[in-house]
Amino acid sequence: MEFIQNSVLPHFNYWVYVILMMIGLYAMITKKNLVKKLIGMTIFQTAIILFYVSIGVKTGSTIPILEHHAEEHGEAVTDTGGHHEEAPGEHESHDSIHAVDPDHFANPLPHVLMLTAIVVGVSTLGVALAISQSIYKDFGTLEEHEILEKIKQGGPGIDV
Amino acid sequence: MSEQLPAILLLSPLFGALITGLVGMTDHRRCFPILATALTVSLFCAISLLAQVVKSGPIDYFVGGWDPQRVPLGIGIQLRIDGINALLLVVITTVALLTSIYSIRRAGEENTEKTPQFYMLSQMLCVGLLGITVTADAFNLFVLVEVSSLTSYALVAMGSKPRGTMAAFNYIIMGTIGASFYLLGVGYLYMKTGMLNMAAIHQILSDPNVGHSPTVYVAFILILVGVWTKMAFFPLYGWLPNAYSYCPSTTSCLLAPLMTKVSVYVMIRVMLSVFGSEWIFQSLGWSHTVVWLACIAIVAGSVLALAQVELKKMLCYLIVAEVGYMVGGAWLANHWGMVGAIYHILSDAFMTLCLFIAANIFIKNRRAERIDQLEGLFKKMPITTTGFVIGALAMIGVPPTAGFFSKWYLLRGGIESGQWGYVVALLISSLVNAILFFRIFEVAYFGKNPVESHDAHHDHEDETQPSSVGDSTLFSGEGRPTTVIPLLITAAIIVLLGVFNGPIVEIIQQALDGMPVVGAAIR
Amino acid sequence: MKWLGLIATAFTGILLLSATPYFPSFGDPNSPANAGVNGGVSVSQYYITETYTDTKVPNIVTAVLADYRGYDTMFETVVIFAAGVAIFAILRSFGGTTIPSHPTAIDTSVEGDHQRIIIGMTCKLIIPVIQLFALYVVAHGHHSPGGGFQGGVILGASFILMALAKELDTALARFSEKRYLALACVGIFIYSGFGLLCVALERNFLDYGILHRLMPATDEIMARSHSMLGVEVGVAFTVTAIMFAIYANLSSKGRLEQGF
Repeated sequence: MEFIQNSVLPHFNYWVYVILMMIGLYAMITKKNLVKKLIGMTIFQTAIILFYVSIGVKTGSTIPILEHHAEEHGEAVTDTGGHHEEAPGEHESHDSIHAVDPDHFANPLPHVLMLTAIVVGVSTLGVALAISQSIYKDFGTLEEHEILEKIKQGGPGIDV
Repeated sequence: MSEQLPAILLLSPLFGALITGLVGMTDHRRCFPILATALTVSLFCAISLLAQVVKSGPIDYFVGGWDPQRVPLGIGIQLRIDGINALLLVVITTVALLTSIYSIRRAGEENTEKTPQFYMLSQMLCVGLLGITVTADAFNLFVLVEVSSLTSYALVAMGSKPRGTMAAFNYIIMGTIGASFYLLGVGYLYMKTGMLNMAAIHQILSDPNVGHSPTVYVAFILILVGVWTKMAFFPLYGWLPNAYSYCPSTTSCLLAPLMTKVSVYVMIRVMLSVFGSEWIFQSLGWSHTVVWLACIAIVAGSVLALAQVELKKMLCYLIVAEVGYMVGGAWLANHWGMVGAIYHILSDAFMTLCLFIAANIFIKNRRAERIDQLEGLFKKMPITTTGFVIGALAMIGVPPTAGFFSKWYLLRGGIESGQWGYVVALLISSLVNAILFFRIFEVAYFGKNPVESHDAHHDHEDETQPSSVGDSTLFSGEGRPTTVIPLLITAAIIVLLGVFNGPIVEIIQQALDGMPVVGAAIR
Repeated sequence: MKWLGLIATAFTGILLLSATPYFPSFGDPNSPANAGVNGGVSVSQYYITETYTDTKVPNIVTAVLADYRGYDTMFETVVIFAAGVAIFAILRSFGGTTIPSHPTAIDTSVEGDHQRIIIGMTCKLIIPVIQLFALYVVAHGHHSPGGGFQGGVILGASFILMALAKELDTALARFSEKRYLALACVGIFIYSGFGLLCVALERNFLDYGILHRLMPATDEIMARSHSMLGVEVGVAFTVTAIMFAIYANLSSKGRLEQGF
């Protein structure tokens, strides 16, 4: 119990990420079906996204977009309604926003990095699906052991 | 304009790929000139960068103009070119250019309707590899690794062989695991340092409070395992042999020399610029363990190569052994080991290219996929076989080829650091290479010429007719000039690289001296 | 293999968990990633406090994505583009295959007709709205959550919806293969073109500030903001095209014809 309170709870997200990552990795290594492997790959990549986003969390902070902050905390903004329509280039809003307290905003960098990682993950998944479709066209199956069997036998169109 | 060279170096193949996409689709003959122009511009940039680095030290390039004079370091993305990666840039562009000459006709034959796609993918692969080499940002490196990996998956899967597609699937799974581990490692580092710029991370890690945190150790392990997967270090090599031997020949000539070498460079880069040699060799103290792993990799790669009957498979297992050389050299924790590993990256790229081009010509013209089918090659294809012999001698380590000198530096490093296991492994591997290649020489030189197996004869007649050398009897068995010329250039480069090893080692040493903390640990 | 996998997974898990107790606690605003180490420079705090003075863009994520780390984002777009080309290279098959399409797969009964009418009408109504929203997300990425990737995906989804609701051919008639491949190239051209313009004006690659010389009535800072919109549009082009390309190729086994 003490262990859970001291080690697990303060790092709850990190424990969840490790478990997700293990599920994904296990599926990628041991599953025989190619699509199941790809599902494992997606879980793996999602776990990494969870990890990164967890780094950037700050308690009591909001999304890293400045005008929201100015409205919510009312820092030097008198008429909230007018402020939103204001062109961001004008100077009075500039001064009010410049005095931002970084603790009020979530860390933007992990979000940016994960946007990249998501895109990379989608691209990899797309290519992997295309490859598995092409495997299905050649071998007529997506089960790894059956494919290996067919390669061993050297069926039609498969040169050994 | 000269300060913009790092950007142009990368943009030139990228624009090449885009222009191919726009104008190459309708007319496939336009693809090659675009590729050749793009790569020549890149090669020119790489050479002038190398000259600049040799003259006036490392070059820093801040993308987006976020340089430390205006903002703190690490806000934007930095590119850094020192002697080592400037050399590597020249190697990458040269290899790509030679492969592109080789592919003039082959690409069209192997991917009839998808020639423009092949050219686009190979140019984007170059963008990725060049970008990996120059970047000084840990996360940017991941993105570029993905650019190069994604294109190489596609290049492997493009072939018509079903086994190649299956190999590409395994490659994609292993490649994704490797890249994801690297990404996780960078995440751990970011969590502890709040930085992504390599130099900035290094600066923070030199504080022992941060540097000795278990998180940083785990980060290092993750990055190392990730990069090892990408470079096919011994227990993680499973994807390589099939992927490189069942893919189209043009692809294998492009991937085999470059992918693993660039991954080895990434490892060296991470070791030297992110963690620093002091941290690696003194705080971590795993030098011996990793060198033993490398010894296992060398011996296992050589033994597995000995067991192969197919020529290309054998070469693939030799790559696994060569990766062991470089990892071991880099982890010897002394100056000559590191110099040897870096020099070996350069020479091994050309040796592998030479052997793969030759093997592909054999397969194409003689249908000789297995070693015992190479009978009588010296008589039929004297020029191609000469190229092959030079590559093979370099692989064995015969002076004055580049392979001899890289092995020499590695051995010197091994002896100086007292890692006798590594020295013995290197010698065993050289011996195995000698056995392997002399077996081939024997078959090719003394082997009975099989009574001109009829279909083979047919083939090469089809082959030589259009290539206009068909009349001369001596060269009647040779491949096309477009395939033989790059082979001969590569063979010449191997010899030249060996003869002029002095200046190259000088550049490497100069770059190593300029590294942040390459003090006591490595000197 | 199962045991090997289990051991490898367990080993990785234990390795990762062993570092967990040394992490800064979850949500800590003073963790190194959020506030820098020992009062040193914090990249994240710099972004939060200085983005507006540097670029006049209130959405910090967009600013970091398209300006501070714009080089990353360009290659991210290249990754997408490479995926599109890769799928084309792997799957696309031209004619050749004699498998006829099966028009019988389409339900021609009266009930099926009703369903088609309902679905068709709904899509007719909803697709323009989706596309308009996509353009809003692209153009408003500076001020609210959004940007080129998100907008591009939504725009691509509208075409996928068209293909799902009607037929692939209907969508392809509006967004043919030639067109989407060209659009994907043009997208990256726009992005890297912005970078190259900066080089032509003798600044570093992607240093948008200098582009104020080409834009009337803007200073260096606003030029950054406008250029970010420009590159986001480029990203949206590529993402739209490739998302649809991936769907079209995967759903028809690379033949780009309706029916299996």
